[in-house]
Amino acid sequence: MLSALTPWIDYTVNGLVIGNIYALLAVGLALIFGVADLINFAVGSVFSFGAYIGWVCAAYLKLPLPVTILVVILASALLGIVIERFGTRPLQGRSRIAALLVTIGIGLIIDQLLQIIFSPDPRALPSGLPDRRFTIAPGATIGTLDLLIAGVGSASGLALWLFLSRSRIGWAIRATAQDSEAARQVGIFTDRMNMLVFALASSLGGVGGLLIGMYYNNIDPSMSFNATLKGIVAAMVGGLGSLPGAIIGGLVLGLTESYGIGIFGASYRDLFAFVILLLVLVFRPQGMFQRAGRAPEPLTGTFIAWSRPLRLPRPVQAAILLVVLVLPLAGQPYVTQIGINALIYGLAAMSLTLVAGTVGQVSLGHAALLAIGGYASALFAANLGWPVALTIPLGGVVAAALGTVLIYPAFRMSGHYVSIASMAIAEIVALVILNWTGLTGGSMGLSGIPPLAIGPIDLSDARSTYYICLGLVIVMALLQARLLRSHLGRSLRAVRDDAIAAKSFGLSPSRYKMIAFLFGGFGAGLAGAISAHLFSYIDSNTFGLDLSILVLTIVILGGLGNIAGALLGAVLLVALPELFREVAQYRELVYGLALILLIRFRPQGLLGTA
Amino acid sequence: MTLLSVETLSRSFGGIQAVRDVSFTLAEGETVGVIGPNGAGKTTLFNLLSGHERPDSGRVAFAGREITGWAPERLIGQGLARTFQHGRVFANLSVLDNVLIGASARLRYARPNWSLLGPLGELLRALLQPPAVRAEEAALQAEAQTLLHRFGERLAPRANHPAHSLSYANRRRVEIARALAARPRLLLLDEPAAGMNESETLELQHLLLDLKTQGQTMLLIEHKLDLVMQLCDRVIVMDDGAVIAAGTAAEVRRDPAVIRAYLGDSAAAKGEFTQVPEVTL
Ligand SMILES: Nc1ncnc2c1ncn2[C@@H]1O[C@H](COP(=O)(O)OP(=O)(O)O)[C@@H](O)[C@H]1O
Ligand SMILES: [Mg+2]
Repeated sequence: MLSALTPWIDYTVNGLVIGNIYALLAVGLALIFGVADLINFAVGSVFSFGAYIGWVCAAYLKLPLPVTILVVILASALLGIVIERFGTRPLQGRSRIAALLVTIGIGLIIDQLLQIIFSPDPRALPSGLPDRRFTIAPGATIGTLDLLIAGVGSASGLALWLFLSRSRIGWAIRATAQDSEAARQVGIFTDRMNMLVFALASSLGGVGGLLIGMYYNNIDPSMSFNATLKGIVAAMVGGLGSLPGAIIGGLVLGLTESYGIGIFGASYRDLFAFVILLLVLVFRPQGMFQRAGRAPEPLTGTFIAWSRPLRLPRPVQAAILLVVLVLPLAGQPYVTQIGINALIYGLAAMSLTLVAGTVGQVSLGHAALLAIGGYASALFAANLGWPVALTIPLGGVVAAALGTVLIYPAFRMSGHYVSIASMAIAEIVALVILNWTGLTGGSMGLSGIPPLAIGPIDLSDARSTYYICLGLVIVMALLQARLLRSHLGRSLRAVRDDAIAAKSFGLSPSRYKMIAFLFGGFGAGLAGAISAHLFSYIDSNTFGLDLSILVLTIVILGGLGNIAGALLGAVLLVALPELFREVAQYRELVYGLALILLIRFRPQGLLGTA
Repeated sequence: MTLLSVETLSRSFGGIQAVRDVSFTLAEGETVGVIGPNGAGKTTLFNLLSGHERPDSGRVAFAGREITGWAPERLIGQGLARTFQHGRVFANLSVLDNVLIGASARLRYARPNWSLLGPLGELLRALLQPPAVRAEEAALQAEAQTLLHRFGERLAPRANHPAHSLSYANRRRVEIARALAARPRLLLLDEPAAGMNESETLELQHLLLDLKTQGQTMLLIEHKLDLVMQLCDRVIVMDDGAVIAAGTAAEVRRDPAVIRAYLGDSAAAKGEFTQVPEVTL
């Protein structure tokens, strides 16, 4: 009887320990959201940074644990101050998505720097604590590390609570969180408050990274991603901005995951986080513990910078077309290959620029549409033996239909909630692909996908592939331009600019978002399908969050909503780095910097928003 | 013939009773003013009529149909259009496109009514552009240009400028043009003259008088009493969510309850007021 319970006690202990770490991340996010009014996507990178600083202190310099913790706190706080001062402070008064995207850029840079300095390989991070286990129930034990994490977690929580409730600065932080305009008027310096919360939040995050590293005795730079996601889920569950909510959100998430793994197995672990996140976003976007607020005023909510699109003169257009047409004839297979890449990214970027730009749904999950198109086309061709020339457009249709159904719950959301929801939906798609082994091959992926061909004619050589992609890009670009010139062009943009006014004139926002996702989903599905047949192998990581972020960066670089801009952005961010091989190594660094500098200095992109 | 009838409409936000038991009717062709101090509940009343808020209780009938709680998307199809107090133009759209959006609900061919497949049909027609869709669009474009010319030299020369580049007064004009493009049976105007100087206000007054002579039914929230006096057949006065007086402008401005609401008790003794202090939120 008791022995049946024993694993559950273990799951509970484990869930609470991990939940403690999630709570540290979530509290940091809540502090920053409350005071600086932004979602900090760099939180996971600070977490990794803390882990690596911890490794330097504990494993490399062999410093004692208390000193290590202290150094991690100080270094992470410093990093937080740098992020605030140079990353987010210049964006005050801009839309929340602007700051959110900049923190994504900062995260990319930190991650890449950690990789360059410490190599991408995992490292061991021993805690140096004596490994004693205490029996808390027959057969169930709790280790020194568990106690350390629980202790540090509660101590930080308690210290933070005392600081916020007892000190003058803490009072000022709470006042700023409640109403930053009023706080400014009574003479609270919000810049300093922002800096302080970034320092506090980052030190919590850094300590979280150190503890997790010790817990698993393993660190690597890719842990950032997971930490960011879990922190955001926990913070959203608790209600962004609520500190007690963040703690409870963290613990609830840790426990759910732990029990979920116990029941369904480890590969389902992240599914819980994202399903919970989605449910919260749909049913209680204000979190479990807060009341709904008032809708924002118009003209402040959109991320679209006011500008007019640049029009390229006819001769320039003709010259570009000529170059693009003769490029593969130049006889440089490597250049043709790069051209193919740029065209596929261009196809994906055009579809995202419609969704994120024209109708204003800044999606962080666009890669899922490519994944659906890719898997659909590959399965039709490989399992059913249908001709590739048919399965590729079919992939587009499946992506349009399925993608629109999946994103449907996000249609009632606005602003950064859409970004987070689309990211969650994309992660759920990836996890379904990973776990639906019977259909998708699961973690083994799909291999032996038939190459590009029309009937018996094989078109898989680089030159033919190039022209197929070019043809698709041109057709889709012309169609999209036609769509933008029709009444839909203005209707989609009206929904983006002011959903409430659009409703008053008969434009239901959901309907027009749906139309954008139908067309955009088709284009993205095509891009995914082409990639699948080109690579001949795909798995659940082929189309991941990094791809979504890259395509979004391309779109912002070109100018949101701008078709030519999407293509130009693809050439600049995909083709150029590959032409210069030394740069290709530091790709993430380039993307991160591009994102930060663009949003700061040229939010309308190179060719202007449309 | 009665176009709009409102019965004991109420709406509260938390502890604030923004609209309480408001009842009135509006006949076809009438122009009625709604006045009252800031926070009286005028805008909330409009939001209830246009479907942006749902009433807690009471009912609204429009052209003989019960429309209580209908969504804005549906009400515009019945012929109920509005402007917004704080200006809600589509900032990135050109002036012309803003006006064209006003006519969205009138699109017959471009927006097929196929229930679940409607969005797909709308997308396909936009891509294929069959002749009927093109003809409809061309007719609307011409109509929108004509509409812009009603505003003299204010809007027509700026037809292709993005709305965010316009002056405040011009944005108000765009809002009115956009609402007119819907060919509404009832036009709700929320402080259309706010932020306009005297000559601009006069210009607006001429435009609205024009509309009135053409038989346009209007409900007008306005702080500038001159405009209200010149334009409105009747006036409804609200304070603290409730209607405190109703009648012709001349009757209402001598009503002690109205004077008290605007100027406080001490001023009530003096008898009449002419200018409402203009305060914007
Ligand atoms: N969405 C809302 N949430 C909370 N309070 C509101 C909301 N809309 C209006 N109110 C309140 O209702 C009252 C009436 O406001 P309003 O209708 O805008 O007045 P008016 O247009 O006459 O100046 C005010 O006290 C206002 O603060
Ligand atoms: Mg008002």
